Amino acid sequence: MSEPSQPDERPKAQDVPVRTGLGGADIVTDDAGLHRADDSGEAPEYHDGTQIVARSQWQLFRRRFFRHKLAMGSMLFLLIITLAAFNAERVAPYGFNEIDVVMRSTPPTFEGWHLFGTDQLGRDYFSRVIYGTRVSLQVAVVVAIISTLIGTTLGAVAGYYRGWVDAILMRFADLIIIVPLLAVLLIFAAFFGQGQPMRIGVIIALLSWPSLARIVRGVFLSLREKEYVQAARAAGAGDLRIMFRHMLPNTMGPILVNMTLVLAAAILLEATLAFLGLGVNPPTPALGLLINAGRSSMLTSWWLIIMPGLTIVAIALAINFVGDGLRDALDPTQQEK
Amino acid sequence: MLNYALRRLLITIPILILSTFLTFGFVSSSGDPLADLRQQPNITQEQIQRVREMRGLDDPFPVQYLRWVEQIPQGGFGEYLISPRPIWPDLQRVMGNTLQLVVAAELIAFAIAVTLGAVSAKKQYSVFDYSTTTLSFLGFSMPSFWFALLLQVGVVIIYRWTGYRIFPIANLSSPNPGTGMAFWLDRAHHLVLPIASLAIFSIASYSRYMRASMLEVMSSDYIRTARAKGLSERKITTRHMMRNALIPTVTVAALSFGTLISGAIVIETVFGLDGMGRYFINVIGRRDPYPIMAWLVIVGFFLMLANLLADLLYGYLDPRIRYE
Repeated sequence: MSEPSQPDERPKAQDVPVRTGLGGADIVTDDAGLHRADDSGEAPEYHDGTQIVARSQWQLFRRRFFRHKLAMGSMLFLLIITLAAFNAERVAPYGFNEIDVVMRSTPPTFEGWHLFGTDQLGRDYFSRVIYGTRVSLQVAVVVAIISTLIGTTLGAVAGYYRGWVDAILMRFADLIIIVPLLAVLLIFAAFFGQGQPMRIGVIIALLSWPSLARIVRGVFLSLREKEYVQAARAAGAGDLRIMFRHMLPNTMGPILVNMTLVLAAAILLEATLAFLGLGVNPPTPALGLLINAGRSSMLTSWWLIIMPGLTIVAIALAINFVGDGLRDALDPTQQEK
Repeated sequence: MLNYALRRLLITIPILILSTFLTFGFVSSSGDPLADLRQQPNITQEQIQRVREMRGLDDPFPVQYLRWVEQIPQGGFGEYLISPRPIWPDLQRVMGNTLQLVVAAELIAFAIAVTLGAVSAKKQYSVFDYSTTTLSFLGFSMPSFWFALLLQVGVVIIYRWTGYRIFPIANLSSPNPGTGMAFWLDRAHHLVLPIASLAIFSIASYSRYMRASMLEVMSSDYIRTARAKGLSERKITTRHMMRNALIPTVTVAALSFGTLISGAIVIETVFGLDGMGRYFINVIGRRDPYPIMAWLVIVGFFLMLANLLADLLYGYLDPRIRYE
């Protein structure tokens, strides 16, 4: 944003009538009408031509996030990948089991659009990776949604009611945190069978809610002593209303950040399960399964492990960058540059 | 201190008993261990019935649990479901190998991460800081098995160019490892790549925590006091900053021990190491509940030890944490 050229002439924040009490006050030069907050109407003007625009926390957060170039780039990348994966039938040049007899074990080439090369049977790896990405994303989204629901609810209940409810829930969470996740997942997969993305996702979700529950609990413990909660209680609001209408919106930040962490972890975990042969059912080419299949010929056909692997890394990295952008944007001490 | 350690060790006994109960409950409710057997055409109903009676699979849950848990203090976890071999000798063998891998990876990761985190906090916003941050993001986002495969390919490519095998890409030892020092050098040589692939995620994660807690410590009042009384910067950094910043990092490292075991499952599979991870994959494949349960109990025991160690470390790092 365009800053005034002489910083010393800027009016001090406390001298200025701020329109809403919620957000911080931002100073913009009067030619930058674009930067006005949507709800601010006409802003007070000062003798040096500076305006004060009041913004709510949410607006501040949005502005900071949209300016985080890395996070926005990653968002765009994820959007494209997701659209491509869920329209695999239309985007992929070949079907995931379609065989190009002429071009077996071909390194990445534009010829016939084998961008990621082909395997010994002549199957196009670019198409297989797109289908595999769909599987990974399906699992990850299921994990993120379910574990966020469980973690938020249990964390909120523990932090709000404290006492024995808190003690039991948190000991339970500790137990799940400390257990080797992969081992338990493998037992589930072995005894209950492999399955559809939904099923694998639910199992992973049941084991990955505790970190969020602890975070939400922590925030709730501090929020429940705040005046607005007491005010809500005095006004006769019930526990559920206080928890989910009043306190939860103030917990959204950490929840969103944690969601990105869970998404990235789920992508890696699903890939690992598939690599060990215990992920989503074989006919669907999960990314981990593709790497496992390419293992036997990785010294001659390097692209069979590099391409699916790079796809996993790129997706996980992009999700982590978005999380980083969210964290920066939510940090109230973060200075606008 | 010794008193405290002993008392903590005593507390772990009921927790261990609880963990055997949870393990047994979880695994035995997971499914019918004889399901595979039933599908084999050359096994008759009578044979299945005999296994059922022999292992007492029709007994009520508490009876089965007690019979199973009784064996543990007597130094054993019983026998495999089908073959009458004892489980314990197998577990003992793989346990040592995995401990070497996991403990080495944890220590190396911790040392590297603490250094990286401390330096990048001291030089916040420097090129070093930005590059470690970027690398740690990469470390977070990379499946460890894929990194392991890349290392293997890299070693082979170097071999093809130079004719020199820098690191072995499979197994725990050479065919004739020798004895004594030679054996351990050979073992260390074999473990370099597995440790590297296992440690990469931990380095990425611990160094972030170390950096964050260093930054927090650096702005605290007692650091200003230390400067004011004229301590050298080196002393302030090592004695005052790092020591305090280590506490959260130790917690994270202790809690992540389970993650390392998870990692060992994958890494041992990739490198073909005869450790607990590969053993686990094998018994999972056979759906034999007895070795699975034994494995879980052993892992639970190690996790508890890691926790205990972390607790003792707190006391060393911060003497205010009293052992009452």
